[in-house]
Amino acid sequence: MSITSRITVSAVAAAVGIAALAACGTPGGGADAKTVTLVSHDSFNVSKSVLAAFEKESGYKVKILKGGDAGKAVNQAILSKGNPQGDVFFGIDNTLLSRGLNEGVFSPYEAKGLANVPAGLQLDKGEHRVTPLDYGDICVNYDRGYFARHKTAPPKTFDDLLKPRYKGLLVTENSATSSPGLAFQLGTIAKYGQDGWQDYWKKLKANGVEVVDGWEQAYYERFSGSAAGKGKGDKPLVVSYASSPPVEVLGKKPAPEEAPTGVATGTCFRQIEFGGLLKGAKNEKGGKALLDFLVSKEFQEDVPLKMFVNPARKDAKVPELFTKYGAAIDKPTTLPPATITKNREQWIKQWSSLVLK
Amino acid sequence: MVLARSEVARSRRPRPARGTAVRLGLMALPLAFFALFFAYPVVAIVGRGLKDGGQWQLARFGAVLGDPDVVQVLWFTVWQAAASTALTLLIALPGAYVFARFDFPGKQLLRAVVAVPFVLPTVVVGSAFLALVGRGGLLDELWGLRLDTSVWAILLAHVFFNYAVVVRTVGGLWGQLDPRQEEAARVLGAGRFEAWRRVTLPALGPAVAAAALMVFLFTFTSFGVVQILGGPTFSTLEVEIYRQTADFLDLPTAAVLTLIQFAAVLGVLALHAWTVRRRESALRLVAPSRTAHRPRGRGQWTLLWGTLAVITVLLIAPLVVLVERSFAGPDGYGAVFYTSLRSAASADSTFTVAPLDALWNSLAYAAAATAIALVVGGLAAAALTLPRLRRGPSGRTPLAGRFVRGFDALLMLPLGVSAVTVGFGFLISLDAPPLDLRASWWLVPLAQALVGVPFVVRTMLPVLRAIDGRLREAAAVLGASPWRVWREVDLPMVRRALLIAAGFAFAVSLGEFGATVFIARPDQPTLPVAVARLLGRAGELNYGQAMALSTVLMVVCAGALLVLERLRPADHSGEF
Repeated sequence: MSITSRITVSAVAAAVGIAALAACGTPGGGADAKTVTLVSHDSFNVSKSVLAAFEKESGYKVKILKGGDAGKAVNQAILSKGNPQGDVFFGIDNTLLSRGLNEGVFSPYEAKGLANVPAGLQLDKGEHRVTPLDYGDICVNYDRGYFARHKTAPPKTFDDLLKPRYKGLLVTENSATSSPGLAFQLGTIAKYGQDGWQDYWKKLKANGVEVVDGWEQAYYERFSGSAAGKGKGDKPLVVSYASSPPVEVLGKKPAPEEAPTGVATGTCFRQIEFGGLLKGAKNEKGGKALLDFLVSKEFQEDVPLKMFVNPARKDAKVPELFTKYGAAIDKPTTLPPATITKNREQWIKQWSSLVLK
Repeated sequence: MVLARSEVARSRRPRPARGTAVRLGLMALPLAFFALFFAYPVVAIVGRGLKDGGQWQLARFGAVLGDPDVVQVLWFTVWQAAASTALTLLIALPGAYVFARFDFPGKQLLRAVVAVPFVLPTVVVGSAFLALVGRGGLLDELWGLRLDTSVWAILLAHVFFNYAVVVRTVGGLWGQLDPRQEEAARVLGAGRFEAWRRVTLPALGPAVAAAALMVFLFTFTSFGVVQILGGPTFSTLEVEIYRQTADFLDLPTAAVLTLIQFAAVLGVLALHAWTVRRRESALRLVAPSRTAHRPRGRGQWTLLWGTLAVITVLLIAPLVVLVERSFAGPDGYGAVFYTSLRSAASADSTFTVAPLDALWNSLAYAAAATAIALVVGGLAAAALTLPRLRRGPSGRTPLAGRFVRGFDALLMLPLGVSAVTVGFGFLISLDAPPLDLRASWWLVPLAQALVGVPFVVRTMLPVLRAIDGRLREAAAVLGASPWRVWREVDLPMVRRALLIAAGFAFAVSLGEFGATVFIARPDQPTLPVAVARLLGRAGELNYGQAMALSTVLMVVCAGALLVLERLRPADHSGEF
């Protein structure tokens, strides 16, 4: 045997060893019957005590996998359908719902306690492939201090935003990369129709709307009303959540009379978040139990202060912070999920070339 | 930087051809590795986008290319890469000269420092530039100067990244060019510029071209930098592939864009290979220590100080600002962000684990990736080193030679193919037995090794090729066993190169982001993934932690590089 081939043989042997090691590497846990895995987006949150109570009662250990923002988490679930990364998915909202349902990501299961969820939120009522778990509204927020100083009334409606006195005051998010940004755009489509929304945005652009990539940037860096922004922001109007004003009050002592920011209630678009049992779940039984838990009163009452959205269950108690400082949104705009899925990409593209270019 | 000078050292005639079987044996594992973990996932994701009911839908090309938005992205990708390359050459070529020809205190340290950006993860570079020229950044606070909404931030970040590529590729060769050749030309009556133009420039030309092509390749496929600094308006092909896949799930468009990028990268690599071969022309090389001297005269001192100023402002300042921000806590300077990295998930934390755990994850992944890259890359380099197949007495056909060259190019491809595509490809293709790796710990190191292999190959090749076969034969004739020959002849020569290759593979794996971000398990984030997620979250603590983690990552990468710098043979003409 020549020297070179000797070297070759030993090197190949070593390499094969490593490759073999790689090939049969440890399958990463979560497949056993005692663990149930929840796949969600980065914003998912739950109190430790609430989760621990479920774990104790059910005997399951809950593993939580967070996979980026809501859109990416959903798309990842779609790409890995049939062989999912976990058992239950939390956080597909009405703007993405049809896509998930069309792709057949979820197995039907009627969660216990669903009767306590208002029919208006149950967008997959007959089939129960997904279960409504929370809802929230995306609205323009305003900085009360700014408008008091300038002795101007803050805007209330989409139409108001076009008025000259609000010129250059609004910052919103890129529809293509941010779900609040997209929700705001969908709100204008619901309001002005598929024929009128582009015209509205042309006027909004002419009135100096600014677009940034993400909510964090818009709210914390540009908005003048966010406490965490330390007053560095220069825009008194921002596209954010109806629950943002209560958050501004959170932890403030003594509690102020009203929140430093307010909500333009005529600019809201409603987002409903759903959860579902993933098709091909390794622990289907545990997944069902977990889904029941997500609809349970304990979890639902934990939702507002953990994720700053409203519980889906009508009998869930909402904390005073929300009732006192939150805005009541009577008539949020909304669109049927199927319409959104059908047009979504085209709308975003049209919006991009209209507003960004 | 490793890539371009790889073959300068080769000066000997190749030995006559040996058996093809040996070569195939050596190639088997690298080929299998690339087929399984590169070609298969990429083909799978592209196929999913372009196939409908078993039929390839090639008409989609026309549809995508007819979209003015896509044309806009293509134009911007090419434009910014060309502009970044030109700007990098403009700024870094004087630096290459300074490092090649001047001696000054701290030169070795500075040489390592300018290379630090190259191994930094793109997310760190993005955040460092944000801290410098972004909104509320240092320049904004001082003079109200912001660049984060203009294309300048992207271009400058690309210069920051690739400065070392030019300094090392061009400067390394420059330092070895015998100055006496230029002097000879001047003695013969040529002016100073004339002598430089007729003697030095032609010798440097191919190295400059190779460096420019590498910078073009890296900036053409830029992802993290554009993602963070580009805002909503600027998008490269790579970013667009990511958006089309992750945001829109528009796999057909993503697939078409992937193939376009693939074709462009192939073109650049082919050009690169061609320039590398052209550099094999005989150059008179000497040890760099003999050509460098202390600067003389006002012109040279100005050049030196100018270069130091550029390095300070462009390369060191962003890193310093990054470190500064990591210590700027809410109550004045302190280590508060660092200590908070150790605490496990708080109520509203982004992670289910303590951010510092990402460091251990990263180190473990990178170590495994390095091991894989060394084995695969080492075998590939060995296969490429075997006597070249040429027409001649042995009767080899040029076809075989082309096959070897194709193999050579194949090893470079992962550098240019969308990491996003690879990541998604892993997710959808490696999910069925016997290769159900999706939940496996090994997925991340396998993806990272893909980017490490080209560096290993480029580092090992010149050294392996420089070993004189007659040494082995002499040893064998003198009665040494094959094992002993390998231990006494090959190993001592290869060991240093192996360590350097390992260091590079390690640093590159540590910083890999595009593919890792998709496949790292959420409860086991790597450092770059953790930084990106912290940056994407609101709040001072998250921002501070991102800066602190970036600093930790930077220190680890810089440490690895400083070790490499010490290992670099002073008089060696080979790799970087």
